[in-house]
Parts: sequence; structure tokens; C-alpha cells
Amino acid sequence: MTTTTQKTMIRFEDLRQEFTLTGTTFTALDGVNLDIADGEFVTVVGPSGCGKSTMLNAAAGLLDPTAGRVMVDDREVDGPSPRTGVIFQQYALFPWLTVRKNVEFGLELKKVPAKERRTVVDHYLELVGLSRFADALPKELSGGMKQRCAIARAYAVNPEILLMDEPFGALDALTRVHMQEQLLETWTKERRTVMFVTHDVDESVFLASRVIVMAARPGRIYKEIKVGLPYPRTEEMRLSDEFAKLRAEVWAAVYHQPGVAEAHQ
Amino acid sequence: MAPTDSINALAAPAPAGTTQSGKSPNDRPPATARKSSPLRRKLSRRTLLAINITSVAAGLLAWYLVAATGIVGLPGPDEVLVRGGELLADGTLAEDTAASLARVLSGFLVGSLLAIPVGFLMGWYQVGRAIIEPWVQFFRTIPPLALLPLVMVTMGIGEMPKIFVIFLAAFLSCVISTYQGVVSVDKTLINAARVLGANSMVIFGRVVIPASSPFILVGMRIGLGAGWATVVAAELIAAPNGLGMRMQQAQQFYDMPTILVNVIVIGILGLLMDRLLLMIEAHLTRWQERR
Repeated sequence: MTTTTQKTMIRFEDLRQEFTLTGTTFTALDGVNLDIADGEFVTVVGPSGCGKSTMLNAAAGLLDPTAGRVMVDDREVDGPSPRTGVIFQQYALFPWLTVRKNVEFGLELKKVPAKERRTVVDHYLELVGLSRFADALPKELSGGMKQRCAIARAYAVNPEILLMDEPFGALDALTRVHMQEQLLETWTKERRTVMFVTHDVDESVFLASRVIVMAARPGRIYKEIKVGLPYPRTEEMRLSDEFAKLRAEVWAAVYHQPGVAEAHQ
Repeated sequence: MAPTDSINALAAPAPAGTTQSGKSPNDRPPATARKSSPLRRKLSRRTLLAINITSVAAGLLAWYLVAATGIVGLPGPDEVLVRGGELLADGTLAEDTAASLARVLSGFLVGSLLAIPVGFLMGWYQVGRAIIEPWVQFFRTIPPLALLPLVMVTMGIGEMPKIFVIFLAAFLSCVISTYQGVVSVDKTLINAARVLGANSMVIFGRVVIPASSPFILVGMRIGLGAGWATVVAAELIAAPNGLGMRMQQAQQFYDMPTILVNVIVIGILGLLMDRLLLMIEAHLTRWQERR
């Protein structure tokens, strides 16, 4: 079992997010309340349009909430900050910089001395297994390697929390499974509070200690499912009965929630 | 990205159609040749270069033959070569070339250096765009040369009016493409920089500028081409020297070889400048994924 510390690291307080598109206002999120504990790994899963990415962007400070607020480590989020690491689905590596320079980017902005930067970058490249590719350009990397580089870049600035927006969504199924295992390995070595958004039910169960299932129109939290499986997670666990049961539970919550049926008629 | 690709396509050494016959038996076709259509077959660089040279030689021969028949009062390549030697020997050609290049380069440099900040202002700030865009869009539709009479009346017949129209030509083509580059910067990259702690200045210098550099460089190439096309025409009117002026002068004496020498020099210099910028561009944007 995950050690659930008392301290809350990320807190969503009555978060409401509206968007105006071509004159019509729609509510992407309404009344979202959620506490994520320090060191917890939470996945957020739900049908498209349920506002799961909006929730993440609000926590990242990339969106201004219409109402309510997000607190990170008891401080209100009022803009992007290096204490919040974000990993995007599209990798978002700077294509003109080498792998090393990408990972170093945030450290340079923090005015970390060159020698220390080198040590930190080497450490995280080692951690994600990209040491040999330090001088490669992003275009020379595979999708999985690009995302590992992005993970190293996010870790390098030593954020308190990591927000991941469908980071493995663009990868093939096999690479995705490898990436999930590697991510948990990295996370075990360097524990951070993680909020991980995905549309993949298996992924949500395999990674998390708690799965948050969202509902759409308006986007809101529909159900919370505790994952009792211990870390480190193994391949056997993925094939276990308990995993299958949890998977079925999350699946039912995602695909058989009220409103989903009508929406697809 | 699209702009560089289309330019590269234009700069491809030989049109695909000419590669169809593939006569030389020594050149082993690539393994996939049988499966792919003849249009897609890759020929070696040497073969393509040989085709280039043959094509140019055939063109020169055709010119020679046409001149020899005397149907059109055209001097042959030999005559033009001799005249070129004379102009080179008495220093006229060097003086004219230097004068034309100086005008183009000064107009081009000032034009593109100004275009980059202006293009950024347009792409980055809505207000900046609202102020600048109508002017750029309006002047863009006027060929810079059409402003020459106006510019000469206000600025006189010295160097200034000529450099000014070249400046305008280079500026307009570069400003549009810089603006395009800035507005098409991937928003995720900007967000990625923001969450790593970048402020607006850092985002501008370390994300927006490098991300739009391919567009800026394409704009500079188009601007240089436009400037070069403009200088020759600008020199046709009241210039003390320059390649365009020399042609205008030669025309009054029916001096066809001199005209052709200058035409050829203009073409070669334009090609060299374009290739130079292309090389710089390829070097600066080698990080780009090319499809």
C-alpha cells in the first residue's frame, strides 16, 4: 500500500472552468473538489470532453479558473511555475536543442551554475536511460525516447508535483507498457506527487494508487476508485485477478456512466 | 515545414521528367527501383550533375546555332565571351558589379533587419498587428518599382532612392514571412517553456525566435531575390554605374554583346547569392524534421 501522508499536495477547490467558443459559453468543469496527498500517484480517466486535461491545465497554471482555485503545497496556483512539472502528450521538446540542452533548459533559467547543471542533467538522463543520446536532436529520437527526454526535463528542475497529460497517448501499445513500467521505476526512485491524465483504463489502474473517473457535460468527478495493489507494480500484477476486477470497475465507471449511453446513440 | 520544403523543391537540380530514361548502364538502380514508379526512382548525384551539365551545354549550342543562322540579330556565345573579357579587362564589369551589389546588400540588410522586429511585433501583439498590418498589406500589392517615380521626385536621383526601393522590396517579403513564422509557433512549446520558468523575454528569445527562424530565412531569401530584381530596374533610370545602367547605355548603341554579358552576370550573381543563403538556411535549420 502507498503510504498516505497527511499532507495535501494538490487541492482542487470548487473549480469551475468555462470556455467561450464562437459566442457560446460551455462549462468544461463544474464543482471539482479533489485532494491529492504528498507523494501520491493519481490517475484521472474519463470520456473525451470530460475536462480532464482542463483540470490538469488549471493545476499547471496555464488556465485561469472561472471560479474556485487550485492549491499546490498550500499556495494558490496563479500561473505556470517551475515547482509544477508538466509533461505534454506531444512531447513539446525544443526541436532545435539537443537532448542535453532540452533537459538543461529549466536549470539555465534557474541560473544553476554550469558544473551543477551538468551533474543534474547527467543524473536524469541516466535515470530515464538516455545517456547515450545526450547529443542527439529530438528528430533523431523515437516517440518513447522523446517522452523520456521530456520526463527528464520535467524532473531536472526538481518540481514538487508532476502533471502528465496523456503522455503515452501517441505511443504504440507495446512501447506504452514499457514506458509505464519505466515511469513507475523513475517515480519510485524519485518520489513526486503525480497527477496523470489518460483515456486508457489499463494504464490508469496500473499506475495509480487512486483512479479518478470523470463524467462529461459538465466535466466533474464521477467516482474515485482506490487501487489496493502494492508498489512496485509487476507484470504478474497486471495479469492478476485483482487487477482485472479493478480494471472492470474503472471500465464500468467510464463507459457506463449516466449520459454516456445517450451521447453515443 | 512547408516553406523550406517548397523552396527546396524549386531548387531541385533537375525536373523529375528528365530522369525517366536513365540511360547510363553503369549506374546501378537502387534496389527498390523495380517496385517504384520511374518518377520516384532516385538517381545518383553524379548522374543528376551530368544531366545538368549536358542540359546547359545543349542550351549554349542551341544559342550558338541560332546566332550563326543570323535569323535574329543575336550575338553568339563566343562574341559575348570576348566582350565579357574586354569589360573585365577595362574594369567596367567589376565597377558595375560592385555598385549593384552594394545597393542590393545595403537595401537588403536594412530591410530584413527591420523586418524581423516588425514581423515579431505583428505576430506577438494584437495591437502591433492592428497598427502595422494595413500598411504592409497595402504596400505589398504595389511593386516596389512602381514607387520609383515618386521616390525619385522626393529623394532625387542619387543612391538613396535606389536603395530605398530595394529596402522596401526586401522588407515587405521578409516581414510577411516573419509574421507567419511567429503566429505559427507551436503553443505547446511556449507552454513547455512557461512551466519551466520562462518569462516573456525568455520565451521570445529562446522559443519564438528559433521556432520561427525557418520562416525568417525563407523570407530573407525571397527578399534578396526581390531586391536583386529591383536593383537592375532601378539602375535603368539615372545611375552613374551598375549592371542595369550599363545595359541601358549599351542599348542606345545597339551593343548586344554588352547587354548579354550583363544579363548573364546578373543571373550568375543572383544564383550565387541564393545558394549562399540556402546553405546558411540549411545549416541553421538542420534541427527541422523534413518529410
